[in-house]
Parts: sequence; C-alpha cells; structure tokens
Amino acid sequence: MSVYEYIVRTKDLSKFYTLGGTEVRALDDVALDIRRGEYVSIMGPSGSGKSTLFNMIGGLDKPTKGTVFIDEVDMAQLTASELAFLRCRKIGYIFQTFNLIPVMTALENVTLPMVFAGLTTDDALDKGMQLLKTVGLGERYDHKPTELSGGQQQRVAIARAFANDPAIILADEPTGNLDLRTGKEIITLLKQMNEEKKVTVISATHDLKMIDVSDRVVWIRDGKIERIEDRKDIDLQVGQMEYEEE
Amino acid sequence: MGSVLEDVAGKRGIEKQIVLPWSKALQMTRENIFVRLGRSAITASGIFLGIAFLAAVLFSAAGQRVAAAVIERDFGQAQNPEEFQARIIWLAAMSLVVATVGIVNSMLMSVTERYKEIGTMKCLGALDTFIVRLFLLEAGLLGILGSALGAFVGAGITMLFFVGRVDGWGGILETWATTAVEIGGTGIPLWLCIIFGVMLGGILSVLASLYPAWRAAKMPPAAALRSEF
Repeated sequence: MSVYEYIVRTKDLSKFYTLGGTEVRALDDVALDIRRGEYVSIMGPSGSGKSTLFNMIGGLDKPTKGTVFIDEVDMAQLTASELAFLRCRKIGYIFQTFNLIPVMTALENVTLPMVFAGLTTDDALDKGMQLLKTVGLGERYDHKPTELSGGQQQRVAIARAFANDPAIILADEPTGNLDLRTGKEIITLLKQMNEEKKVTVISATHDLKMIDVSDRVVWIRDGKIERIEDRKDIDLQVGQMEYEEE
Repeated sequence: MGSVLEDVAGKRGIEKQIVLPWSKALQMTRENIFVRLGRSAITASGIFLGIAFLAAVLFSAAGQRVAAAVIERDFGQAQNPEEFQARIIWLAAMSLVVATVGIVNSMLMSVTERYKEIGTMKCLGALDTFIVRLFLLEAGLLGILGSALGAFVGAGITMLFFVGRVDGWGGILETWATTAVEIGGTGIPLWLCIIFGVMLGGILSVLASLYPAWRAAKMPPAAALRSEF
C-alpha cells in the first residue's frame, strides 16, 4: 500500500489560449498523479479547465507547456501513429454527447476500434456482442444511434470504450446529457467496469453523484488544482451533497 | 503487470498495428453514401451534370454529322459541322471545371458536417490516412456513379432529340456506334469516349476531394470534437 503505481502523471501541465487579445490560462501548472486502477473524478464548474485536462491526458490536444506521462512515457515524444495506437488500444473515451457514428449500428460502433486494432471480423463481432450484453444492450445491437435513447447511446459508447481492453477510461461529463436516474445507472456501470476489469477511470464532471463511487476527487478551479480529496475523507459530506444540480 | 506503453515506446513500425482494411473502408463508405442519400445526391449532382453535358456534346456532334449528311443528300447543301463541334467541346471542358469546383464545395461541406465524427474516429485510433482514404473512396464512388448516370442520361436525351430529325433509329444508332471523335488527330470511338468520360468523372471527383479530405484528416481531435452541428 505504501507505494502506488502511477498510470498517469502530469507535470507543470499548462494550456494557454489567446482570446480577444487576452491570455486565458485554461490549465496552469497542473501536477496530478493518478494511480493504476483507481476511479478519479475531476470536479469543477464549467470553464474550470477540466475538459482541457481531459484532452491533454487523452492526447487529443497539445499542452502549451509541461508534460503528460502515461506509464512513464512522455506523450509528447510519441509519433502520430504511436499516438493513434495509444488511443486505439490503451485509452477508451466516453463523451458527454455520446459521439457514436450516426450511420453505424450499435454493434458496428462497438467493433470499429477492434477493426482498427486488426481483429478479424468474426472475433470483433463476438467481442462486440459480448460487450453490448455487458452493458445491457444485447438485444439492440442492430439499432442506429437515432433509434436509441440517450442512456442507451451512452451504454453503447461505454461498450465501445472497452472494445480493446484499455488500461484507462477517460470520461468527459458522461452523465451531462442524461436525466438523474439514467445518469446514476451510467455511473454504476462505470464503477462496475472499473472494479471488474481493473481499469483506471478518469472522469471530468460536475455531477456530484459521481463522488459516491470515486476513490479520489480532484477539485479544479481556474485551471489550478484546488484540492484533492480521498473518498474516505468526503464520505461524511456526501449525505449533504446529494442535491441535484440544474 | 506490463507497462501500458511498452509496445508503444519500445518498437517502431507501430503503424502496422493500426489498420483499416479496404473492404471495411468500402463498406463504411457505402453505408455513408446510402444512409445520407440526399446529401450524397447533391455531391454527385455536380459531376452528373458535367458528364451529362459532355456526353450530350459528343453525341450531338456525331448527330450533327448524320444530320449534315442527310441534309446534303436531300437538299444538296454542303454543311460544315466541325467548327460547331470544336466550340462546343470547349464548352464541355468548361462545364467540367465548374462541376469540379462544385464537388470541392460540397465535399468541404460534408467534411465540415462530419468534424465531430472525424474527431471521434481519431479517438478510436484512426490514423490521418484512414480519414483521407474514407473521403477519397466516397468521392470516387460518388464520382463514378454520378458520371455513369450522367453519361447515360446525357447520351440518351441527345439521341432522342436527333431521332426525330434524321432517318430514325436504325441509321443513327449505327452512326453513333461507329462514329469516332477526333482528338489530336486520332479517331476515338464514341463509346470509348463515354467510358473515358465516366473515368474522368471519377478522377475529377477524387482530385476535387483531396483538399477537403486532407483538411479533415489534419484536424486535431480536440478541435474536431468541439465543433457542433
């Protein structure tokens, strides 16, 4: 217990934008270490920089300065194809707006990352069906995203994120477009996957329901880490915090 | 537990591990074209019209020749359709240029509409070349379908138009089957010109999509995902 294995580390991570002549510090010298297998929530109001942090950790955007290490490898040193490999095999992404490919069925969406990873069609279909069953959508494999509810679309997205057995799941406001009950279901599903598959879950969110399942909560404000709390320290507050935003 | 990135950091030649087989790319393109049929039809209509016009020009040039022969035979007046032919072929070339610009425009539109999808694909591990491949395949298929249909319609309408003016189907079909178009001193049979026209349509369509596809592929995923449509 004394020594943790860190899967993600950021050092001096900063991202500046110039908006109308003024420099906006979306992220300002963020140092964050995430342990293998833990469930981390990055909490903060909108505009606090949590989505920027999400993009940096996921290799979707380049930092202005500082570094992101995934398993001690500096992400900035990777070539384009190595980065693609990382995104394909090692990181699973979940988005607020689900981001399924609209012309594809649920099963095709789930199997697409497996196609990129070089799986044969049969293997991909088998595994895709299995994943859809895991998220409770085995029956609806042939439906297009427009024929699915928001919660169902997010379940497909979760199944897709797990397609290539990633080590890290990155979720950006996964419950942001869902109602209270569906949101809870999605959180439970993520927690269940986190425990069963030992995958590290990093979720940027301002949904307080998420605190309940998180091992640690990182509070971020104005591009800086305000505080990091362990689950055991916030247990007491959760009762009071269970009000619903919006 | 092994390092997540051991295979990434250690070896080179990773690109071989991320693949998009042509068969799968073709399937995805086909789905894209048919699910967004209206959108695809608009993209293809430019090249359809261009090639239809080209076919009409070539066929009517041949038709003029028949008509001239008929007039000469019946009225004893010599006709010179060659000059007319040269002018109208130039017009056809212009129409192809316009069609190409049209394709650039509609492919740019369809790329912009799909930024988010492109960003998502990149998150799933797609290389830039996959995105380019998908868009070029789509353009090529639309170009060939559009221009085949265009050649058929353009030639068909022209033939109907001339049938009334000359001796009827028998003679005119034979003329068209045997007529050659003079290009650079070589006679190229009309039917071959039509096949070239269809290929040209496909090629122009692919060329016109190079820039839009490249732009789509180069987009950083974060920026692509941010766009809302």
